[in-house]
Amino acid sequence: MMSEKFTVEIISPDKTIIKTETSEVQIPSYEGEMGILKDHIQLITFLRPGIIKIKNDKEKEFFVEEGTVEFSNNNLLILTSKAKDLSNVDKKSLSNLLSEAEKRISDNKLTDKEKYLLSYKIDTLKNINQ
Amino acid sequence: MPSLDDLKKRIKSVKSTQKITKAMKMVAAAKLRKAQENAEKGRPYSQKMQNIILNLTKSINDIGNAPKLLVGTGQDKTYLCVVLTADRGLCGGFNSNICKLAKTNFQKILKEGKNLKIISVGSKGLDQIKREYGKYVIKKFSFKDKKQISFKEAEIIGTEIINLFKNNQFDKCILFYNNFKNVITQIPQAHQIIPAEIKSSESKNESSLSYEFEPEEDEILEDLLPKNISTQVFKAFLENAASEQGSRMTAMDNATRNAGDLVDKLTINYNRSRQASITKELIEIISGAESL
Repeated sequence: MMSEKFTVEIISPDKTIIKTETSEVQIPSYEGEMGILKDHIQLITFLRPGIIKIKNDKEKEFFVEEGTVEFSNNNLLILTSKAKDLSNVDKKSLSNLLSEAEKRISDNKLTDKEKYLLSYKIDTLKNINQ
Repeated sequence: MPSLDDLKKRIKSVKSTQKITKAMKMVAAAKLRKAQENAEKGRPYSQKMQNIILNLTKSINDIGNAPKLLVGTGQDKTYLCVVLTADRGLCGGFNSNICKLAKTNFQKILKEGKNLKIISVGSKGLDQIKREYGKYVIKKFSFKDKKQISFKEAEIIGTEIINLFKNNQFDKCILFYNNFKNVITQIPQAHQIIPAEIKSSESKNESSLSYEFEPEEDEILEDLLPKNISTQVFKAFLENAASEQGSRMTAMDNATRNAGDLVDKLTINYNRSRQASITKELIEIISGAESL
């Protein structure tokens, strides 16, 4: 059987967070959750706040606030300045982020786009904290 | 001819200076390793970012409607120069090299009758620019109290630049920083970030298979380009940090060696004059004894 795996890289400005082989990745793309398997069509998109799931023998989850994604030649590249590994994350910092986001969303001057992004951020954070 | 005592004092003071420069060199060497590591770790991000933008630009058909950050305002009246320097001195030609390059550029811009605006980052560069071009400086940044410069600081400057651009404050933006080649060589660079200079040399001849974009190309570019500005600034920061330590290390190494040479010379001088005074005393005693 042919290998059904492809490489996934998450890179932040100061380091490469993870580089691994995987069979499936789920990303919170700007227009909705997106699952990526091997031989996906070439793709460029960006992320909204959410959770990246890398499925392997063990599932790995990362919380991201924003990012850019490129998939080409069976190489998934995720550029993000804010990614947190959920397996060892500080609960306190997450709840701080949550309360900050909740404070900001009540601001009336926000554009629809900002509101959209913030509401996703709040939802995701609430889900993690449960 | 200085007295023996004077020479002794001098030797002592040079020796203690040498100790200081040696210590500074060690510290710089340790910091250099870290800074270099950081610079290398940071490279993939900016490289890949460039790649994605390159791929995006290729698939844009209508250049007229492309985002202004990419193609520029179509004018080149006002230049914004961002000069990145260190906050600390004693690092050889590091700061002066950046300023020298920046100043030649300033001159050129002014000579052509164009407007000049300067943002300075780091206090040492500001000191050098202030005298001649002080009135053009519109914003100063200094991260002296930060031990390690992170992406946050780069973002602050990035947003500042973008805000100015959105308010039509300038047409072109140039970054000045030192590119870290190796420990001995750092190359001062003028890097234009707005409009983006896309290097098409590395493009693999029309291998740009059609990408699927979600949402549309323009929207992605709209989101990506501001990020790219911050990324470029951050990259310049990292290169600069590594260059600063490298430059300081070489400068302090030279200083240590020079101090060593000076100590040798002074010691010879000291021994000569000591011998001379002994000989003189001996002659005095002998001639005194003979006259009896």
